[in-house]
Amino acid sequence: MEKIPILRMGPFLLVTIQIDLYDRLALNLEADLVQMVNKTGARGVLIDISAVSIVDSFMGRIIGNIASMSKILDAETVVVGMQPAVAITLIELGLPLKGVHTALNVEKGMELLKSKIGPEEESDDDGDAD
Amino acid sequence: MVTLTKDRMMILKDQDVVPFRNRVKEYAVRIGMGLVNQTKLITAASELVRNMLRYAQQGEVFIEVVTQGRENGVRLTFVDKGPGIPDIELAMKDGYSTHRSMGLGLPGTKRLVNEFEIRSKVGEGTVITILKWKNG
Ligand SMILES: Nc1ncnc2c1ncn2[C@@H]1O[C@H](COP(=O)(O)OP(=O)(O)OP(=O)(O)O)[C@@H](O)[C@H]1O
Ligand SMILES: [Mg+2]
Repeated sequence: MEKIPILRMGPFLLVTIQIDLYDRLALNLEADLVQMVNKTGARGVLIDISAVSIVDSFMGRIIGNIASMSKILDAETVVVGMQPAVAITLIELGLPLKGVHTALNVEKGMELLKSKIGPEEESDDDGDAD
Repeated sequence: MVTLTKDRMMILKDQDVVPFRNRVKEYAVRIGMGLVNQTKLITAASELVRNMLRYAQQGEVFIEVVTQGRENGVRLTFVDKGPGIPDIELAMKDGYSTHRSMGLGLPGTKRLVNEFEIRSKVGEGTVITILKWKNG
């Protein structure tokens, strides 16, 4: 089955969504990501949606779920690269991306995450100390 | 209002959602609809097919290119033979959901399009028509 790759970048996980997701794929991604956050002790999740042209309530809910479950595991979620047309549409639709930070691109998202977890934790590797 | 082309698509399973959205996009592009309006239309369409699949298991969508005066638009009609909606006014309220969901599909869709019409009869089904003008 198709799968969306999850990259590990230091204390963060990066997912780049390249296609408009089928529901099953999106649900798998949610499960995989949460599992991966748990396993690696990642402190942040970056979801790059710059190639996504439609975010409906289903997709929005999945992103929100990822964020709230990651939060429980002590990781922040940042959505990066949202197309302006998508952002405008989401506001009109009335979809609140609760607990989700947004940033212009991956670099900015990364900076945001680093500032969230605080400088003392950036470089060490005790992520799975519990 | 005059219909220029008419197409139809059966919606039977989750995997039909993305091809359906692509089909709507083709028509929107064909009449020269801008990206923001396209995105609004397709997002609205996506919400309504999801409702169709969730509440009526399946249904059918008619896709029309319509024209009125100098303005062209895309009109979509969602037809299902599901349980119907007992109280439409309530269903149109932000946050109302019988499935503990966010309840923003119907009211959100209405905000995204230029025309929105809903007819429903309990035990018979639901018909929802939306229209987005090219420059609407
Ligand atoms: N095609 C349909 N057939 C029967 N009932 C429907 C249909 N579409 C919507 N409904 C009813 O109207 C309610 C509101 O729909 P709406 O799309 O606004 O919210 P939702 O689907 O519950 O949540 P969300 O779309 O935010 O996930 C639904 O909970 C459902 O009871
Ligand atoms: Mg809905």
